[in-house]
Amino acid sequence: MHLLEIKNLHVEVDGKKILNGLELSVGAGSVHALMGPNGSGKSTLAHVLAGKADYVVTQGEVLLDGEDILALAPEERAAKGLFLAFQYPLEIPGVATMTFLRTALNAQRKQRGEAELSTPEFLKRVREVAGKLGIEQEMLRRGVNVGFSGGEKKRNEILQMALLQPRLCVLDETDSGLDIDALKTVADGVNALRSPARGFIMITHYQRLLNYIVPDVVHVLSRGRIVKTGNKELALDLEATGYVQYQEEMA
Amino acid sequence: MNAEVRPIKTAAETALATSFAAVKRALPGPATVGVLREDAFRRFETEGLPHRRVEEWKYTDLRALMREAKPLAGVPDAAAKARAKAALATLAAVDARSIVFVDGALVPELSDLDGLEAGLTIRSMAQALAAGDGDLLAHLGRLVPTDDVAVALNTAFMGDGALIHVAPGVALAQPIHLVFVNAGSEAASVFARSLVVIEDGARAMLLESHVGCSDASDHQVNAVLELKVGDAAHVDHIKITGEGAGALHVSSLMAAIGAHARFNEFLFTTGGGVVRNQVFVCFGGEGTVAGIRGATLLQGHQHADTTLVAEHAAAECTSREVFKSVLDEHGRSVFQGKIIVRPHAQKTDAKMATHALLLSETAEADNKPELEIFADDVQCGHGATSGALEQELLFYLKARGIPAKEAEALLIQAFVGEAVEGIEHAGLRDALIDRVVAWLKARE
Repeated sequence: MHLLEIKNLHVEVDGKKILNGLELSVGAGSVHALMGPNGSGKSTLAHVLAGKADYVVTQGEVLLDGEDILALAPEERAAKGLFLAFQYPLEIPGVATMTFLRTALNAQRKQRGEAELSTPEFLKRVREVAGKLGIEQEMLRRGVNVGFSGGEKKRNEILQMALLQPRLCVLDETDSGLDIDALKTVADGVNALRSPARGFIMITHYQRLLNYIVPDVVHVLSRGRIVKTGNKELALDLEATGYVQYQEEMA
Repeated sequence: MNAEVRPIKTAAETALATSFAAVKRALPGPATVGVLREDAFRRFETEGLPHRRVEEWKYTDLRALMREAKPLAGVPDAAAKARAKAALATLAAVDARSIVFVDGALVPELSDLDGLEAGLTIRSMAQALAAGDGDLLAHLGRLVPTDDVAVALNTAFMGDGALIHVAPGVALAQPIHLVFVNAGSEAASVFARSLVVIEDGARAMLLESHVGCSDASDHQVNAVLELKVGDAAHVDHIKITGEGAGALHVSSLMAAIGAHARFNEFLFTTGGGVVRNQVFVCFGGEGTVAGIRGATLLQGHQHADTTLVAEHAAAECTSREVFKSVLDEHGRSVFQGKIIVRPHAQKTDAKMATHALLLSETAEADNKPELEIFADDVQCGHGATSGALEQELLFYLKARGIPAKEAEALLIQAFVGEAVEGIEHAGLRDALIDRVVAWLKARE
């Protein structure tokens, strides 16, 4: 059984069809890159997986460990191990990052019937992960993402991912807005989380990120479905030729 | 066009007139106080209960909301005192010197009147009035004169309250907590009147709580606090309105602030059926820094009105006004905030912000910020917003595994927190945050 199986997924937003019979299987331990032009449905897929409202699934199934998650609330999906790293992480003034992390972690543990983490144990884990990502303790006391640079926001997403230890990580254009140093830090954070038990979907426009997080499989998405699947060389080809051929294939 | 002809009195107005005629001779104070009462009552009779055609009361039509006037509260009996004592237990979280009033009357056996710090005097207002205390009469009604009708009504009927004096340069280590408990079994009217004088260079924290208790009736409360903050004094006043949902609560703070002082006012409202909190503050000396903030959390059919008039009458004062309201179900909040800058109050820096968070389709927020600026070298501004919780933020929290109600609570707490964090005293700040959390828990 695959970690994630998406079968014949059709999705509409405001009556407009965005995903059009998308099929995708991600096995535990593998990293899938999802590439494609603007408007091909990449971010829609990320949001549908996470359970955002306003996205209407008209057909299809999304199975996480064999269980259909489409009827579940976003928080239930998260507790089952699904994590979406946002393209544009939001700022939450007045909610300290520490409080946010702790509330999230304990809410997930509670839903899974696990005991809450003790304060020292929680602090130890946060410090460990934050240290690796170069996130200062002072930042953790501030409101979530408030006053953070673009790179700091993305690192904060990776911090959350590392702390919550999800089964399936969906990274929505995590490379956007990052300079090369920040990109390396983020990539190191992701690579450290690669494990035989965990799967990744990395949504990106550019091949650059894939130099640092080397994918096992690369897919090209166009007009709401996967039109080509290959290995990491496919990403290099795309960098050279662009997406035009795939858009034409669909036309 | 306020001078409309109103020949017909409402039942409440008639009852107040009958009541005043019956009790005025029994109310505390010598003839000089009697004259004050008579003048004040005549003012009330001329105007009647304020209604929606009176601009200051446009959103809180007291004539419509106050159908009847309850009889004056009597001296609390043993049962009322016992109920009050039980209600006090819920306030024990705050370490403060408690002065307890049951149905408006000071109850020494429930109060902490022993071992007062040097320079601190606390007396019963009723006793001071009865004695015709000269210092009291020199201040009463004169710190920030107002022709407000609710204040006039209080002056006519004023009974007990606290008379507090903190001598120059004295820094009180412990906050003083004025606790007003509605504990009588029959609904009654309470006219509490307090005067607090903090002399030059003194430091004091004043907490004022208005609570009901279970098995008691909800009263009609008209409370007035006059506050003098001396030059270079540092005073925090935090008022908690937490009575039962049947209570009618009108309160007025008249605060005169000296030069180079620090003054922080906080209004926290979760209780009462109809609440009107009036703040009339005058910055009369230069170089003062003040924060006037508040948080209102309403549900059911609660109505709470905050009406603020902040007068900058001296140069180089800074004031920050931040008011937040969270409205669930049919809750309605009103905020009227007026900043007046007098011609010689140059270099005034005043910013007023009022924000309402509506949690239901049927909640209502009315915001009326006003600036009246007569000086030409000032920085003044105001901002008002109202809206619902941001769905994008909620989704972000839910995507991290936080259930919807908990996510909402986190965002609401953060929203209110911006105002509550202005409270300097950590213990009091935490006590209010605990109350916000309790309100949110009750909502789940």
